[in-house]
Amino acid sequence: MEFSYDDEQNGLREAVRGLLGRAYADSEQRRAVVATDPGFDEKTWNRLAEMGLLGLPFAESDGGMGAGPVEVSIVAEEIGRVLAPEPFVETVVLAGGLVSDLGTDAQRAEVLGALAEGSLVPVFAHTEIGARWEPTARSVTATEDGGAWRLTGVKEPVPHGARADLLVVSAVADGATRLFLVQGDAEGLTRSGYRMHDGTRAAKVAFAGTPAQPLGDAGTDQAAAIEKAQARARVAYGHEALGAMETALTTTAEYLKTRKQFGVPLSKFQALTFRAADMYVSLELARSTVMWATLVVDADGDVVTAADRARLQVSRAGRHIGKEAIQLHGGIGVTAEYSVGHYTSRLTALDHLLGDGDWALARLARSVDQHETVDALG
Amino acid sequence: MRLHLSPEDQAFRDEMRTFFTTQVPQPIRDAVAAHRELTKDQFVEAQRVLDAAGLAVPHWPVEWGGRDWTPLQRHIWREEMQLASVPEPLAFNASMIGPVIATFGSQQQKERFLPATANLDIWWCQGFSEPDAGSDLASLRTSAVRDGDDWVVNGQKTWTTLGQHADWIFCLVRTDPTAEKRQRGISLLLFPMDTPGVTLRPIELLDGGFEVNEVFFEDVRVPAENLVGEENRGWDYAKFLLGNERVGIARIGSTKRMLIDAKEHAREITVNGAPLSEDPYTKARIAELENELLALELTALRVVANSTDGKPHPASSVLKLRGSELQQAATELLVDIAGPLSVASFGGADSDVPEWAQVSAPSYLNYRKVSIYGGSNEVQRTIIAGSILGL
Repeated sequence: MEFSYDDEQNGLREAVRGLLGRAYADSEQRRAVVATDPGFDEKTWNRLAEMGLLGLPFAESDGGMGAGPVEVSIVAEEIGRVLAPEPFVETVVLAGGLVSDLGTDAQRAEVLGALAEGSLVPVFAHTEIGARWEPTARSVTATEDGGAWRLTGVKEPVPHGARADLLVVSAVADGATRLFLVQGDAEGLTRSGYRMHDGTRAAKVAFAGTPAQPLGDAGTDQAAAIEKAQARARVAYGHEALGAMETALTTTAEYLKTRKQFGVPLSKFQALTFRAADMYVSLELARSTVMWATLVVDADGDVVTAADRARLQVSRAGRHIGKEAIQLHGGIGVTAEYSVGHYTSRLTALDHLLGDGDWALARLARSVDQHETVDALG
Repeated sequence: MRLHLSPEDQAFRDEMRTFFTTQVPQPIRDAVAAHRELTKDQFVEAQRVLDAAGLAVPHWPVEWGGRDWTPLQRHIWREEMQLASVPEPLAFNASMIGPVIATFGSQQQKERFLPATANLDIWWCQGFSEPDAGSDLASLRTSAVRDGDDWVVNGQKTWTTLGQHADWIFCLVRTDPTAEKRQRGISLLLFPMDTPGVTLRPIELLDGGFEVNEVFFEDVRVPAENLVGEENRGWDYAKFLLGNERVGIARIGSTKRMLIDAKEHAREITVNGAPLSEDPYTKARIAELENELLALELTALRVVANSTDGKPHPASSVLKLRGSELQQAATELLVDIAGPLSVASFGGADSDVPEWAQVSAPSYLNYRKVSIYGGSNEVQRTIIAGSILGL
């Protein structure tokens, strides 16, 4: 059991922090970027690509860097630290992860190579209205006619679904859930994008007999692979949330030191400092769990359960820290002109994109009687 | 970053687990698991089994019985001991006064006290808190005045845990009432509990047990050679001692054991014709506690892995705070599983209510102490806010 980063990993963190720190030195820069479509900065996106971050976990033969989940987690944390709106986890971990896991040689080379270069934004179109965080598709269907596949139905909300150049779409085919690639300019594809409360974008994506290419082997049910890719994304989002929670806490602590009321800094009030201390406790417990979950991903252990454990801990911590960060600031915390509320907003989105805390708890509760104890060292 | 234990640490863990589950007498482990009060003989017997195997004081200097272990090995040792319901070496001896004497004591004090302290030939108790000096320990008033070759001690201590078994006391006393900073005028004295002028009054606790006491001193004469280190430097030794007290105070292994028991008992309780262990709300409650305990254990592992340079990891302050809360949550869960049976507290052997259910509410009440002792949780929050967040 070892929780420290090596020199190369620390170097990676410094480099990413430098890049994103320049791009989003203050929250006004982020506000300006998310004010216009696509809700992130294409120039920053290209710089992330130039640094090799968009190909980080993919095999070198697919155009990637051959790095592991620990490196991915470092980037996700730095994304969260400044609320960079660039879709790193959505593209690299989720959509890219599915293509990396399931794609044919040609699909991997084409999609992952272009993603790594920054010239292709792929996203996973999976959520359907009426479904909650399941690995299966329900209402979008896929039909085959003479070897050509077509999709029909609606996915929504799809993060960055309007900007995406390529959609990885889950659909029901012969009662099974399968994955398909749909080009952004495909016929019969209509997309209407909108803002999420956190400033980033999502879309309604409608398919009307839209041509699609099966991802990998079209003959198998791919729900288990979706579950696993989503689990890895839950862990990566956990790191994004850690970065965001850390900034929310340090911003709050700084505010308590500088803001004066009743003639003294707020840090003189124990009622406030104790609550900040509790935020720190939540943050560190979440950090330990998420770091551990990343190590489980790295070791290819029970990734789904580890992700549920991380999701539960981060959900509780994110809500606690997000709510307290605003309350300890007072009125300024709910303005769009000040940074801290945006952190709470993003934490709220991260809490609901791939499963919230109660959802993860319900899954963990179902199997609670199947083990005597949870062994961290096992 | 690495998930698994190294093969060496895995072997070490297996060795500890085997020892604790086979070499410590079962009746003693049963008593710990059942939250029964141990007798003095049981404490002594268990510690001597550990000491004979070199497992009582591994964190001491090697010269005095320590084992040059890594912080991770010490963590494994402690957690495996708790998981096996082995009574830990008496904290007053092994974690508190032993390391203080080993670090600050005279050679004569080391030779006289350390082997006997490790083997529990001497049972120590702690004379720190006073009626008007709890979290604000530096306001203590028990005095020691020099008279020839002796110190003459007058005053009162309280919350002296297991003082009724103690042979000796280590006692903070004010030796310079004129010191400008009140921390500066305090010294640490050692003396036998049967010294004339020492009297002890047990304090009954909410659970009906007698684990703490008041200790009164009336013209107690203590030879000058029994002062530890330097005169008026006692506060430094106390801080050193309390720092050690907080190590291992998260008691993760012990809470894990309670959750294991809670699951087992939930299978024995029937609600509407089905085992309570199948009730979705109960399952969720247990699952959430397991997850929180995992988070705490992982935090402890992060802390031990990164404290090799001697400086405590900032997150270590989380351990006491959260560790005490989870111990309390586990005892609360056990009372709730016992439900209506939990009121049969002193039913004893005549009662059909199982022992775990009988002791559940007294244990729950007793465990309110864990967020108070060893630096109350409010003190821990003050430390986090001050030294970590800079507030």
